[in-house]
Amino acid sequence: MSHDQPPPHDSGHVDHDSPEYIHKTIKKYLAVGGILFGGTVLTVAMYYVHIPSVAATIAVALLIASIKAGFVAAVFMHLSDERKMIYGVLICTVFFLIGLMGLTLWAMNDFPFFTLVDGKPA
Amino acid sequence: MEIPYAVKPRPDTGLYNAKLGIWLFLASEVMLFGGLFSSYILLRVGADLWPHGMVSIPVGTFNTFVLIASSVTVVMSWASLKLGRLGDFKKYMALTIACALGFLGVKSFEYHAKFTHYDVWFKDAATAEKYFKAAYGEEKGVEAARKLFVERFHLHNTKAVYEANQVQLPGHLEGNPLFATHRSLASAKKESFQFTPDAPFGTHDHPKPIEVKLSDVERLSAYVPKHSTYFAIYFTITALHGLHVLGGAIVLAYFLFTANTWWKKNPEQLANRVEVGGLFWHFVDLVWIFLFPIIYLL
Repeated sequence: MSHDQPPPHDSGHVDHDSPEYIHKTIKKYLAVGGILFGGTVLTVAMYYVHIPSVAATIAVALLIASIKAGFVAAVFMHLSDERKMIYGVLICTVFFLIGLMGLTLWAMNDFPFFTLVDGKPA
Repeated sequence: MEIPYAVKPRPDTGLYNAKLGIWLFLASEVMLFGGLFSSYILLRVGADLWPHGMVSIPVGTFNTFVLIASSVTVVMSWASLKLGRLGDFKKYMALTIACALGFLGVKSFEYHAKFTHYDVWFKDAATAEKYFKAAYGEEKGVEAARKLFVERFHLHNTKAVYEANQVQLPGHLEGNPLFATHRSLASAKKESFQFTPDAPFGTHDHPKPIEVKLSDVERLSAYVPKHSTYFAIYFTITALHGLHVLGGAIVLAYFLFTANTWWKKNPEQLANRVEVGGLFWHFVDLVWIFLFPIIYLL
């Protein structure tokens, strides 16, 4: 491969600068905007519906948020069709984010020794 | 010196440099907000009491719509440049900046409402009950104050008993001062202050103002970070997010106001700059997508 040319796009040989491609993506952007608005309405509606289980409420709220975030990342941030280098950066980020959150939450049940009474938190 | 690979992709990465740069920056941002989110979970799970309904859901929902709209307009501004339509770019970018300012305006309105809203804790149970009766009536006063407390902390199913002096009386100070404290009122040589308690739970009927002696007050605090763990983490995360909105808006405004020059000089580089700015903007939106349910709804 010549070093003067960039490597081909990971997903194939689509001309991302062509007006046809841009017009197509504009339709996608508007559709995703609609999905995000709808997702927000759904999240708020869920709050007023009152799911009896707290765990289920949190799970549903975070699931909707994750789907919305997925659309933003995939379409608005073009991650559905990006170079391998970016995916590599993101995989590393996710790895370290899980470590960061895991270490913080791991401390959840840590109590300084002097606050324990008979082995239990005072 | 010309910055290399500002337009054409670098052969080894396949990306123009700014794009790789912004993704590395966003990776560090993920860690920053990730740390705060995990702190929030840690603090919330570990807290004995966690308040609910302290922020307005309609206001938060409105701001979510504003930020989503701005994400659509910023990506449309980039697409407009790709289609060679500078006029459309300016229109969409101006809308994006208007959304950003709208978001910050609403946020500052929310902050102001918090900075002028107060909780009062009284020195002992008898004193507290005296003021609860003065606020909500001789017969139902104590019950009304306790009801506000129970609903705020969702204590319906708990068997814990809270003394009246642990139950704070929420409301507004006369003249709606910002950040007043017991100490600041004492420094101003005030012996008492007028306090308008919040309406009883489920109503909008604000009681008449009551006169509160400063000597009866154990603690007086506006809804500021120092008020409680809830407000400390609330202000830390939302203010940091707000700073990101402000920073993003300044950068996008710079692109808008220098667009004519860049369009003549190098339209492709302008499009790349807008794409990079847009990636940051979408990240700010993405953070809010998680913040909104966590802070406002759960």
